[in-house]
Amino acid sequence: MSTQTASVIHSNLSNDFSILTKKKRTSDMVLRVLIIFCAFIAVALIAGIIIYVVIRGLPVIIANPNFIIGQRSFLQGTYGILPNLINTLYIIVITLLIATPLGVGSAIFLNEYAKPGKLVKIIEFTTETLSGIPSILFGLFGMVFFGNVCGMGTSILCGCLTLTLMILPTITRTAQEALKTVPLSYRSGALGIGATKWYMIRTVILPSSIGGIATGVILAIGRIVGESAALIFTAGSGSNMVSHFFGHTMQSGATLTVEMYLRYTANNDTDNAFGIALVLIVLVLLINICAGLVRNRFAKKTSAEG
Amino acid sequence: MKVKSSNPAVAPSGKTSILGVNQSRKAIERTATIIFFVCGIVAILAVAAITIYLIASGAPALGKVGILDILFGTVWSPTADDPSFGIAYLILASIFGTALAICIGVPIGLLAAVFLAEIANSKLANIVRPCVELLAGIPSVVYGLLGAIILCPLMYDIEEAIFANDPSHQMTGGKNLISAILVLAIMILPTVINVSESSLRAVPQDYRSSSLALGASKIQTIFKVTIPAAKSGILTGVVLGIGRALGEAMAVVMVCGNVANVPFPFNSVRFLTTGIVSEMGYSSGLHRQVLFTIGLVLFVFIMIINVLVNVVLKKGVEKE
Repeated sequence: MSTQTASVIHSNLSNDFSILTKKKRTSDMVLRVLIIFCAFIAVALIAGIIIYVVIRGLPVIIANPNFIIGQRSFLQGTYGILPNLINTLYIIVITLLIATPLGVGSAIFLNEYAKPGKLVKIIEFTTETLSGIPSILFGLFGMVFFGNVCGMGTSILCGCLTLTLMILPTITRTAQEALKTVPLSYRSGALGIGATKWYMIRTVILPSSIGGIATGVILAIGRIVGESAALIFTAGSGSNMVSHFFGHTMQSGATLTVEMYLRYTANNDTDNAFGIALVLIVLVLLINICAGLVRNRFAKKTSAEG
Repeated sequence: MKVKSSNPAVAPSGKTSILGVNQSRKAIERTATIIFFVCGIVAILAVAAITIYLIASGAPALGKVGILDILFGTVWSPTADDPSFGIAYLILASIFGTALAICIGVPIGLLAAVFLAEIANSKLANIVRPCVELLAGIPSVVYGLLGAIILCPLMYDIEEAIFANDPSHQMTGGKNLISAILVLAIMILPTVINVSESSLRAVPQDYRSSSLALGASKIQTIFKVTIPAAKSGILTGVVLGIGRALGEAMAVVMVCGNVANVPFPFNSVRFLTTGIVSEMGYSSGLHRQVLFTIGLVLFVFIMIINVLVNVVLKKGVEKE
């Protein structure tokens, strides 16, 4: 190699300053093409998926004006996903209402209160473990624990509590990252002028890490929207409209993903399944864009302050 | 953390503090500490509860049917008059399916990560990265639906061509192991790409400069210096990918055919996860208990992977 390099250097000495990269090796060319090809695969996959789902799903939604704002009726033979949209919304809101305080609280405990040691290590290990457990196992646990032991049966609330455990690591981790970016001087400053610890956290730490926490919450929404295995045995497969605002949480309710799964597997209704798939992809796209916007704004703000 | 001891407001004798820390404020502080402590240990409680309940609901069947009969039995006919609960083929299908999905997904994911971290300028990376994020965000049921509608007919054509003169082969309509592997390979891409990219980025710039200064080309540097230096991070990505593939249920159940067969490429197969999903709805009695046993087996696999990632691999990173 050294002789080859030397000759390369030699032969290129008279050229401009990029003396080493002039002569390309064939293996380099092949590998470079391979690398670009693999990146292209990722882009092509997502482009292909979106295009295919739009082609199959859009006609379904256009042909059925009530697709999004209507509900299924066997008598009239109509189909709509409004109940499932509402179920999804219910599950997102309730899960976040429980999981956000818990996750952020856990991050605050790890970052502000706990002394580094065994307890912190155990909490961090269990948080990692939670994020590695597949959703189907959360589903089994939720079905047994929240459904049978706590007596919630198959209900939206049972699904929400199951999902709370599932998205807890996402929120804890992003909140912890955000808390770590708050400069130490903020803390010393607040404590130095006489703020108590909780007052400092409430008025200084949380407001300056709100961007990171918001990113975590948006990511969590994305996970909830896409989740199905943890919900099918906990929140169930009901598609009824809301009859009672709070009572609805104790009823079985299928989210968009579960309804889509049932459309295809139980009803062999591919067209409507693709309609729901399109709605899901649009939702995921919107959530990703939101997360990107919040993250960018947050990054700019901290870099300006830093 | 470090600010802990420097809190002047909570002086040893709260009453005498000039800052006016009174009893009620002290009570609030105390409550806040307790609340945050409780939030902190929720994760521990959750993992403990999940472990206990999965063992409690999965273990009884092991005793009733017999551990060896379940784990090494090859016949799965839970609803027969003389039911048989062998899940050996389910375990094998899960292992083979995951291994082959990793074999396809990891090289592609790693090279795509190299593209993002080393080759692409920021403009190109800003196009590719959102695509990867979107790939991660697409619900698994959508992958399953696309696999069933696009991939399976394709597989059926290939199957018909290969097994046209083989009466012993049971046609699967394309719902076979290969379809499942391809869907899984796509689904683990984002995990592998993200983890590999960040570990490639963490390699100090000096390594690259030194290698380039010695006369290595950019590509040589990537494959001989950067990737080896980032190998423990990349390995973590691979293991996380294994976890993801092993635990995926809804996408696979739509493309794998769901028959407990020997996991040959063109056979309909049943994974651990799909066994649970497809039968939990109507199972009862011992059958349902065995489904929980399947969940327990899956949980054991996943816990091994978790410990591998968190204890073994992280230690390796710290050492470096």
